[in-house]
Amino acid sequence: MRTPWVILIFALVLLPLPLLIRSEFWLTWLTLALFYAYLGQAWNLLGGYGGQFSFGHALFFGTGAYCTAVLQIQFGINAWAGFVLAAVAAGLVGAATGWLVFRYGLRGSYFALVTLAFAEVFRILANSFAFTGAGVGLLVPLKPGAWQMQFETKAGFFWLLLALVVACLLFTWWLQNARFGARLMAVRENEDAARALGVDPFNTKLLAIIASGAIAGTAGAVYVQLFLYVDPGIAYGPSMSVEALLVPIIGGLGTVFGPVLGAFALHAIAEIGRLVFGEAPGLNLVLYGVLLVLMVLFLPNGLFGLGRFGFGLQRRFKRGGTHA
Amino acid sequence: MLEFSILLPAILNGLTIGAIYALIALGLTLIYGVLHIINFAHGSLLMLALYGVFFLHSLFGIDPYLALPVAAVALFGIGYGLQRFIIGRASHGKDENILLVTLGLSVIIENLALYLWRSDTRTIETPYSFEVLDFGVAFIPVPKAVAFVGALLVAALLWLLMTRTDLGRAIRALARERQGARLVGINVEHIFAMSFGIGCACLGVAACLLLPSFYVSPQVGHAFVLVAFTVVVLGGMGSFVGALLGGLIIGVTESLGGLFLGESLGQLGIFLIFIIVLLFRPTGLLGQKA
Repeated sequence: MRTPWVILIFALVLLPLPLLIRSEFWLTWLTLALFYAYLGQAWNLLGGYGGQFSFGHALFFGTGAYCTAVLQIQFGINAWAGFVLAAVAAGLVGAATGWLVFRYGLRGSYFALVTLAFAEVFRILANSFAFTGAGVGLLVPLKPGAWQMQFETKAGFFWLLLALVVACLLFTWWLQNARFGARLMAVRENEDAARALGVDPFNTKLLAIIASGAIAGTAGAVYVQLFLYVDPGIAYGPSMSVEALLVPIIGGLGTVFGPVLGAFALHAIAEIGRLVFGEAPGLNLVLYGVLLVLMVLFLPNGLFGLGRFGFGLQRRFKRGGTHA
Repeated sequence: MLEFSILLPAILNGLTIGAIYALIALGLTLIYGVLHIINFAHGSLLMLALYGVFFLHSLFGIDPYLALPVAAVALFGIGYGLQRFIIGRASHGKDENILLVTLGLSVIIENLALYLWRSDTRTIETPYSFEVLDFGVAFIPVPKAVAFVGALLVAALLWLLMTRTDLGRAIRALARERQGARLVGINVEHIFAMSFGIGCACLGVAACLLLPSFYVSPQVGHAFVLVAFTVVVLGGMGSFVGALLGGLIIGVTESLGGLFLGESLGQLGIFLIFIIVLLFRPTGLLGQKA
């Protein structure tokens, strides 16, 4: 078992970085890369291992974000408790969507569209209610202190996210070797065949969307403490959904380290883009779009697939390009 | 009891909005019916077409209705090229890949527009922009009436194309049996690209009919993309009559939703219809069982 050692080395290499890096800019950069790695890992669970491409993961992220923010503002509930409740709330939303969508057998493109529609419904609702701050959004009060999940320095958030990412990596590694993971991948490869072998695709996919949603929800909870602000566009808008799926696709779908690799690669490229094009609005997203298209065109297995690239080329030539 | 005099204008207004939705969805339903792919970039391509028509008017003073052939041909070319050189190649035989590529394209087009033209909302003014037709119970703006008739004409034209021409027969053969079509000598890649091109040409027409009474902004496609999918799903995938009917239903739903729930919540009805139809009748109102 090599993977746990790689996870350990990853953790040990990143752990001292806040003490070594004096630049506020790079520390923020690293923290955000870890944040998107975490969100991407949530998506990877359902999309990468389960083969269910959600276009609306903001649904879970936003629910988690609003859950903590509202509880904190209205009832003064501690952010750590909010973190746990965010997982529960987003997991419940995952259960409800999953139950509806999988019960009626929506697969592939329809699954993608219906998740997007759910996120839109929530965006419109968040835009209309007073307790979510409507279109203005919610400002979370600043209460520095580890007990409030708000840290005096960026280093605190860095370590928190590092711990979450490592926990998620270990969970994914466990999943890959567990019976549940095997069932999930069987459903991804061929749902009907999996059913014939005695796997219950409905229960399997339902569990996956609950877990994926709960993790994405906690990402929302952390986001709120980090930026102290949330509005319907940030929470349920399409850009968070796109980031969530872009990260594992660039890194490598259905791999333990794919999302981490993807998040760091994506944000390195985004930073280079900012240096080249300046701060012009929209241009870094154009870069994301180009990257997504190029990835699907030339590297459908992600950066992790690079190692297998030679093999893939060979196979493509053998097929003789008969695909549509 | 609600006043009939409030309800009727809302319904009529909904029908004219619905005609535009139908127009946009007709192209999408053709693309879906043949290629069995979901073109996520449909809304962004419409936005591009709207900007094209807008600049033809503001820079060269060309009337949107006269720009119709230009817009249709230009969008056809863009669609043909996109399918032939990018989307078709990216599929690697998987629907998910097409979905991702069209998502990527929509992100590119939308944000490039945001960079080039900023997020300003722009409108044009034509001599007939504020003309209205008096129907006794309601006034309908002339551009909306034209769009309504235009949607019906485009639907009829597409139907003729599919049933009366060799191209239409090839498209239908391809939709039914891909391998068989290839075996009888149909150039699959070409026909796929033609279908995608024609689907996009509908967007060019839609843009010309839409602009005299509507606005354009980089995000405008976003407002249409889920609506168009709702119409396609509601009408039954690949059915032109269904798309027309679905568009009108959605238009009226939105109009009545706006009347009863207010502007922002009114949109909710569209997404709820979308979700409910997908769940309970994924073949749509007029679709056949897959």
